[in-house]
Amino acid sequence: MKLQIIVTLKKDVLDPQGSAIKNSLSTMGFKNIESLRQGKIFEIIVKEKDEKVALSKAKDMCEKLLANLTIEDYSVKAIKE
Amino acid sequence: MKASVIVFPGSNCDRDVKVSLEKFNIKTSMVWHADVKLPKSDLVVLPGGFSYGDYLRCGSIASKSRIMKEVITHSKKGGLVMGICNGFQVLVETKLLPGVLIRNINLKFICKNITVKVTNNKTNFTSKTNRNSILEIPIAHNEGNYFANKDLINELEDNNQIVLQYCDTAGNITEQCNPNGSIKNIAGIINKKGNVFGLMPHPERASDELLGGVDGSLIFKSLK
Repeated sequence: MKLQIIVTLKKDVLDPQGSAIKNSLSTMGFKNIESLRQGKIFEIIVKEKDEKVALSKAKDMCEKLLANLTIEDYSVKAIKE
Repeated sequence: MKASVIVFPGSNCDRDVKVSLEKFNIKTSMVWHADVKLPKSDLVVLPGGFSYGDYLRCGSIASKSRIMKEVITHSKKGGLVMGICNGFQVLVETKLLPGVLIRNINLKFICKNITVKVTNNKTNFTSKTNRNSILEIPIAHNEGNYFANKDLINELEDNNQIVLQYCDTAGNITEQCNPNGSIKNIAGIINKKGNVFGLMPHPERASDELLGGVDGSLIFKSLK
């Protein structure tokens, strides 16, 4: 089963990379961007047929390594192929 | 006193810190990250560098390495732990120190001499400095921007856990002399118990006249 994990900075954490990218896009002519936040995507294939079990494992991975919960939030979903 | 310096793949200040520790008569062994046993030590140093190429988050993968279990046990027993630069990042990732170190506010790798004020000299790591003394020590990092929520900052202040703060040469703690955007100009903190210390400046790079400065020596002389 394929899982997709998205890790992003929490709303109140400054994202200087996101701001730099937003400014660059504005300079290129992409106007009206209200906000831009950068994050990370992990695609993980696990040997697990039960979606519930797979998602719970992914959550555990996020809490133990993939995200730093002091500054980051995560979301997990299974991808149907 | 006996020290162990942990070597991770990508550490690059491990030998420098060993030279500095030995200069101040601290017997030092190098310990590989995959080792399972920590030699008998009073102090563990997590050196600067780019452990695991700074993959995922700086210090995150090193914080899960085998030897870190031993380092955590050592600290829980009251043993001293000092993390310099990448070592500080490893300490926040292991939660031995609170808060996080995020990307410098100007998105640049900063490598220069800065001045820090010793705002707490009653620690095992700063006892040979005077309170509010100003030390000139180099920094070299991309992720040294200390971040924590308000409650945690209040807690750090209430418990006198902020040890070093970026300041100007006269000792004023201002926004202009904050190189990386750290909250409260934080350059170094200690845990509540007082045995785990993390700092972004590199004292080992200011421990000999040949290196251009000796202010970092005071940190090594303080170790006890």
